[in-house]
Amino acid sequence: MVSLPRVVITGVGLASPNGANLAEFRANLLAGRSGVRKYSIRHVGDTLAGVAEFDALRYQSRKEVRRGTRAGAITIWCAHEALVDAGLAQGRYDSTRDTRYAPERTGVFPGITEHGNVETENQIHEVAQYGFDLAFWSHHHNPRTVANNPAGEATLNLGITGPAYCLGGACAAGNLGLIHGVQLLQLGLIDLALGGGVSESIHTFGIFASFRSQGALASHTDPTKASRPFDKARNGIVVSEGGCLFALERLDDARARGAKIYGEVLGYGVNSDAADFVLPQAKGQAACMRLALSHSGLAPRDVDLINTHATSTPQGDEVEAGAIREVFADCPTTFVNNTKSFIGHAMGAAGALELAGNLPSFDDRLVHPTINVDDLDPACAIQNLVLGEPARVARVDTILNMSFGMLGINSAVVVGRPR
Amino acid sequence: MTNDEIVLAIKDIIATIAPDEELAHLKMDVRLREQIELDSMDFLDIVMELRKRYGVQVPEQDYLELATLDGCVKYLGPKLADKQLKLASRA
Repeated sequence: MVSLPRVVITGVGLASPNGANLAEFRANLLAGRSGVRKYSIRHVGDTLAGVAEFDALRYQSRKEVRRGTRAGAITIWCAHEALVDAGLAQGRYDSTRDTRYAPERTGVFPGITEHGNVETENQIHEVAQYGFDLAFWSHHHNPRTVANNPAGEATLNLGITGPAYCLGGACAAGNLGLIHGVQLLQLGLIDLALGGGVSESIHTFGIFASFRSQGALASHTDPTKASRPFDKARNGIVVSEGGCLFALERLDDARARGAKIYGEVLGYGVNSDAADFVLPQAKGQAACMRLALSHSGLAPRDVDLINTHATSTPQGDEVEAGAIREVFADCPTTFVNNTKSFIGHAMGAAGALELAGNLPSFDDRLVHPTINVDDLDPACAIQNLVLGEPARVARVDTILNMSFGMLGINSAVVVGRPR
Repeated sequence: MTNDEIVLAIKDIIATIAPDEELAHLKMDVRLREQIELDSMDFLDIVMELRKRYGVQVPEQDYLELATLDGCVKYLGPKLADKQLKLASRA
């Protein structure tokens, strides 16, 4: 097998419904604080969502915010924050070109579940006010809806001139952005990657309406209780926005500059169920977990923490629990949790955000809980599923992060303690 | 709309499109793009806003007429004569 350079995470930039940086996000995950709230959007009306609050004007002019997309703004925020966290930029808008990385050797790879629906809905809404006269259709429509928009906006804002595009992978996309960054670093094509995922999905009514039509949109009188993976009373997904980009570098480069290292990407797996448009398959998911383990040179017992994808849908959670029980049948020290119970489903950002929220476990050896499981569904029972309160464990050396998406895409990333 | 109101109307549209710009001291006879940061997409936004707010159509061959505030007053004067000023800047 070809020996490839080792790649590490040296920075985290994020915007989640319960934190705009890793410290705040982690503190809320350990404290059991949900970021889901009441939300309203045209045509759908009152519903629930995870809303990411961050100061876009810290890194963008008002004109940039107006011209660009929400996904672009989230990407720009996360990119800056990751660079600052990695010690590669100073984090002021007017000093973004004064950086310690080479723009032409830097790549930007946000994973996306979808892109362009927000703008398209807005434009249709706009021309509807004018009797569908397309003279009122905006010239901004195409640059806002092209599939590279979020990555491209980040390059314009930061002056990054290396490869930058989005990885479309439904709700498995957050892992894909990270994986792609790792691959280009290992090929020596870039020296720094900003990889992860972003989502602006709460600004499109279509995603809420489609989940509702599918019988998969969460409802609950208490918004903070609505996202409840593995609980008997779970009734669907809470749609959320947000983003997370990791600064990724080859280990040798990171060490040479004395960078803080969050963890090493030990391996990954991506596969396809080839079975159904929307329904997940335990067989494909289990195969994906095994692929990631094999690629990492690990046995199931070597995994200390599994962050599940579970989205709080009746069928999806049960299928995933089954896949985990099968692959991790005899793993007494493997703990399992779920981050969507706090923040809902951040779509393209989910995989990256959920990995980020668990990286601090390497240091504090705490496994953040899965909240809102008042009555565990026996069909979702998994050994060492951490419920309600954080668990202090003896060892967290490896984390397996799962993300699955529609059309049967599965992704898994294994990150190891820095060593 | 009076000529002064036309200037207000244009400045209000620009304030929406280019909210970071200082517009108080714009000179009437100097090209707008020499005084503030406006690119071709911004210019199309100005044309779009004139269409939305006042129902004024500016054909592409006339775009140059809007290069300065003086030009705007001269070109838009007859088109806006019977229109009411609408201020919508959220800047």
